[in-house]
Amino acid sequence: MNASPLEPTPPTPSGPGPLILIIEDEAPIRKFLRATLTAHGYRLVEAATARDGLVQAGMQPPDLIVLDLGLPDGDGLDVTRQLRTWTSVPIIVLSARGQESDKVAALDAGADDYLTKPFGVGELTARIRVALRHAARPGAPGTAGSSSVYETSADGRTIRVDLAARLVRVQDDASTVAPAELRLTPTEFKLLAFLIKHAGKVLTHQQILREVWGPTHQSDVQYLRVYAGQLRQKLERDAAQPRFLITEPGVGYRLIEESGRRGLNS
Amino acid sequence: MPDTRPDPAELLARVKREEARAVGEASRRGKLKIFFGMSPGVGKTYAMLAAAQRLAAQGVDVVVGVVETHGRGETEQMTLGLDVLPRRSIVYRGADGTSTPVTLTEFDLDAAIKRKPDVLLVDELAHTNAQGSSNEKRWQDVQACLSAGINVYTTLNVQHLESLNDIVAQITGVTVRETIPDSVVEGADEIELVDLPPDALLERLRAGKVYVPDAAKQAIDSFFRAGNLTALRQLALRRTAEWVDQRMREYKDDHGIHTVWAATDRILVAVSPSPASPRLVRAAKRMAASLRAELIAVYVEGPDADRMPQADRDRVLQTLRLAESLGAETATITYGAGRASATGPRGAAAELVSFARSRNVTRIVIGKTQRARASEAIGMLLGRGSFSSDVIRASGEIEVVVLQGQENEDRRAPAQSPVDSAQSAGTMWTGDLMARLGASILLVTACTGLSSLVFRQVDLANIAMLYLAGVVVAAMWLGRAPAIVACVLGVAAFDFFFVPPHLTLAVSDIQYLITFAVMLAVGLLIAHLTARLKALAEAARDRERRTASLYAMARELAAAQSLADTATVAARHVASAFDADVVVAIASASAPEGVDILAWGGVSPDWLNAGGAAEIAAGVKGLEGTGGGGRNRSVARWVLDHGKPAGLGTSILAAAQGRFMPLSTTQGRVGVLGIRPTTPHAQSRLLSTDRLLLLDTFAAQVAAAIERVRLIESREAARVDAESERLRGALLSSVSHDLRTPLATIAGSASTLRESGDRLDSATRSELIDSIVTEAARLNDLIANLVFATRLESGAIDLQRDWSTVEEIVGSGLARHREALAHRPLRTIGLGSGLPMVKVDSAMLPMVVHNLVENAIRYTPQGTPISIAAWRSDNNVVIRVADEGPGLAEGETARVFQRFYRGRTARLAQTGQAGAAGGMGLGLTICEGIIKAHRGRIWAEPNTPHGVAFLFSLPLDEPQPVVAKDPEEVPA
Repeated sequence: MNASPLEPTPPTPSGPGPLILIIEDEAPIRKFLRATLTAHGYRLVEAATARDGLVQAGMQPPDLIVLDLGLPDGDGLDVTRQLRTWTSVPIIVLSARGQESDKVAALDAGADDYLTKPFGVGELTARIRVALRHAARPGAPGTAGSSSVYETSADGRTIRVDLAARLVRVQDDASTVAPAELRLTPTEFKLLAFLIKHAGKVLTHQQILREVWGPTHQSDVQYLRVYAGQLRQKLERDAAQPRFLITEPGVGYRLIEESGRRGLNS
Repeated sequence: MPDTRPDPAELLARVKREEARAVGEASRRGKLKIFFGMSPGVGKTYAMLAAAQRLAAQGVDVVVGVVETHGRGETEQMTLGLDVLPRRSIVYRGADGTSTPVTLTEFDLDAAIKRKPDVLLVDELAHTNAQGSSNEKRWQDVQACLSAGINVYTTLNVQHLESLNDIVAQITGVTVRETIPDSVVEGADEIELVDLPPDALLERLRAGKVYVPDAAKQAIDSFFRAGNLTALRQLALRRTAEWVDQRMREYKDDHGIHTVWAATDRILVAVSPSPASPRLVRAAKRMAASLRAELIAVYVEGPDADRMPQADRDRVLQTLRLAESLGAETATITYGAGRASATGPRGAAAELVSFARSRNVTRIVIGKTQRARASEAIGMLLGRGSFSSDVIRASGEIEVVVLQGQENEDRRAPAQSPVDSAQSAGTMWTGDLMARLGASILLVTACTGLSSLVFRQVDLANIAMLYLAGVVVAAMWLGRAPAIVACVLGVAAFDFFFVPPHLTLAVSDIQYLITFAVMLAVGLLIAHLTARLKALAEAARDRERRTASLYAMARELAAAQSLADTATVAARHVASAFDADVVVAIASASAPEGVDILAWGGVSPDWLNAGGAAEIAAGVKGLEGTGGGGRNRSVARWVLDHGKPAGLGTSILAAAQGRFMPLSTTQGRVGVLGIRPTTPHAQSRLLSTDRLLLLDTFAAQVAAAIERVRLIESREAARVDAESERLRGALLSSVSHDLRTPLATIAGSASTLRESGDRLDSATRSELIDSIVTEAARLNDLIANLVFATRLESGAIDLQRDWSTVEEIVGSGLARHREALAHRPLRTIGLGSGLPMVKVDSAMLPMVVHNLVENAIRYTPQGTPISIAAWRSDNNVVIRVADEGPGLAEGETARVFQRFYRGRTARLAQTGQAGAAGGMGLGLTICEGIIKAHRGRIWAEPNTPHGVAFLFSLPLDEPQPVVAKDPEEVPA
């Protein structure tokens, strides 16, 4: 390869942006991550091995970690578990397609989100944004402050949920009719509230089931399917083409971010 | 280009050798090295020990199994430092059991196998073990050691070789009784010739350095003569040279070295009951060995083989076994019965020659027959030549070698052998001879009674006719002897009662004497001819029965499709034909003792594992299961290893309860057939020549059938291999094309941006960047599909099934088509809550929908509607993805699911934006794989009014899960 005109900036933390630790063994991937993320104003620390990653994370606690699941010297899953023993820093894992069970395992082990390789940069920055935002309100209950209202629009429809007031409104852009108030069952509401609390982030079946139905139901996926279907019937224009409550096949669900923050693949 | 491809047969032989080698490696069969010499005293044992010492010095574990030093100091010294196995003691009481017991020491096979050294020294390979040893011969012990993975060094003198046995006898005048089969030597991995010039040997002999057993003292002078020794030396050298030659040929074959070899000669040797026959077979073997020819030993069975004396039958069988042990193929052919003109020696000769022709035999070896001159003259008179002259006359282009025989030909010509009338004709009435004689007397009495009734009315000549009729009846129903009795009695009664003067044997008219003479002569002739006719008919019937039972088995075997079926059919038929318990087994590393039982037949099928106690409990008399337990199984193992019959009625492991026949074909051994007669009667019958020959025929049939089934299986495997090879080829070409197209776009766009990015306007640049991103995504999809299809195919996919709704599956499947679907109407019908849930892999099922929708998008013009519908049909949920495009061509509905198949429409009209159409033809294959893994069905059908619809069904094979409903809907 010829010398690239885009010679990377040295990976030294500088400037005011959040510090991101990238643990990834592939140099070309690190290279474009570096290019993108520094361009977005993030500061970077890089590690090529699991071991180095853990050392770096300990030496200079980052604001977010991007972790490749397939590392030469160890399982990304183990790194996640080890990190989670002492830090709640958001972790976004990178994995190949077709490894849904790995993703679920990483998420259940405490990772915050995942991206399937190859991914678009837009997708990555969106996930980073969401993760950082969630981290910024640690342990925030859905009812706290301004975040108790969730409002987002997609596909010409706007959904507004006031968690504190337990109000759900759906308004079609084209419609001139005043938005009607939706009637949700208690479980539907509980599910929606949990999803809103983690809006933009993927949630595994188990995480949702444990939270909404309790630990005894954590493998009863059928509950989740039925209530997700009911929510879609009420929220979506076409439940078969959901725009708000997205299924992550084999992994879980993701409620899209609040308006204007939704990141899309390029 | 000259055709240098190896001949398939040779290739096969090579593969087999390599396989055998590989198997040998796997089971670590030991290697056999033979120190080969021309006579005692040349120093074989010394050479062997010297070699052993060298090995021991290198740290190899060498153990002396048995070495006869005969008290010679220099030899004894050579054993120093070597581990010596203690010998086993056997108390031998002599044949009659009365003489003073002698304690003999023998090589301890069990101890050797238990000790399992790297190299075992076993002197005197041709030694015969003392009675009571597990093997009759030491070479069998050696084979056992080799099988146990022990390398063996042994010694052998040339005169002990079976095929050279009688030559040595001719040279030296000393007959050597301890012989070993040539195959043992041929199977040796290494032969070292220990040579000493005859003069030097004689010198050693005079110096007392050669041990000669006391018993052989008198033979010493005739044996150790310079002339003899020179001849023996020549034999030993030649045999070694042949062995080396054979090795070289094998090496050449193995390494693809081709020179022109003459077409293989085949030599056929005719076996007869003559005691000279074994000599003939050995001579033929030598001839075959020097010509590198194949040897076939053939016995021609006459129409009345049943009447052959037992001793003759045994001799034939022994000679055939000898031929086998010399490495010859054996066969038995029959003639006569059906064709009256073909009976007698001429028929035998014709059969022999036609068999020879059918096997492309180049040379026939027969024994010269010396008939008595008178017999020869009568033969000429009757238009019969001798067997040998018949063969020569019939042979045509086949060379005939007539060797000196010693026996009268009459032994061979079964038609002239003495006939036991009681045995031959006794099948209609199986009562004993006395009863039948009584019956013939009654018959004559009846004739007399009848004649007395009509005596006054008819002529005396007609009375005589009545008696002759009686003789015919007796000959037909009672056999030859009663017929003769009836004839004589009839003449007497005729004279006594009806010829005047009545009631006296005196004759008034002298002309009646002529009547009596003619009557007697005619009666005897009738008796003889009728009995003979009947014997022929019986023989034909018996042969017919055998043929029928063989045919019945062959027919069923032909229908058998699997190894197990074949074995079951074989076991059943052999069991019923021989009145015995039968087992059919093949070699298998995983089974006990390496014998895998395929099928049982008979009444107590588990005899292969049965212990001796069970035998006694079963009350089977006359079948002493000395070993009991796994003994029978070990015999079966032995037969599998050596390819020779063993057990009951053979010289090998004769203590076994059953007889074990190798199932061998031209391709090698395929298995073993074990047969244990259930009664002493069945046992004695089984051990008769003709039954054994029949058993051989059965075994050959079964072997051929097993081989056929195996060939079918391997051909099927080869077909599957070829198919997957073809697919791999298609995959490669498809991959290289389909993966390169997006790569070319990416590389081209990227390099354009790098080289001249600053000279491009921003619109062009973003276009290039867009195509990089799009093509990369496409490449990613292609690779993912490829990987997934491969995993699906190889069964490397685990389904993670959990409950899901159709609506959600479809929704996930549509997610990545959102942009493409923005340009065309999509209708979804009946996906809602009315449908039952399905238990599926929720990561894979959306891929099915995704791929089907992708096809619809790709192969139909923009703006064409797509519809997705779902409904419940009986115990299935059916999902249908339909487009309104050009549809599939006739006959395409099945093919579209094939790998790498791209529809006609895909090739004709690629719609949509450039680059979007190139799939790999894997989408539907993946769909099919996923649906099949879910035990569902996927198919295509035409859509109305046009277009194509893909449907898949998912079985509702589990009860619907319970989902607790919320008590009420509350306003939020």
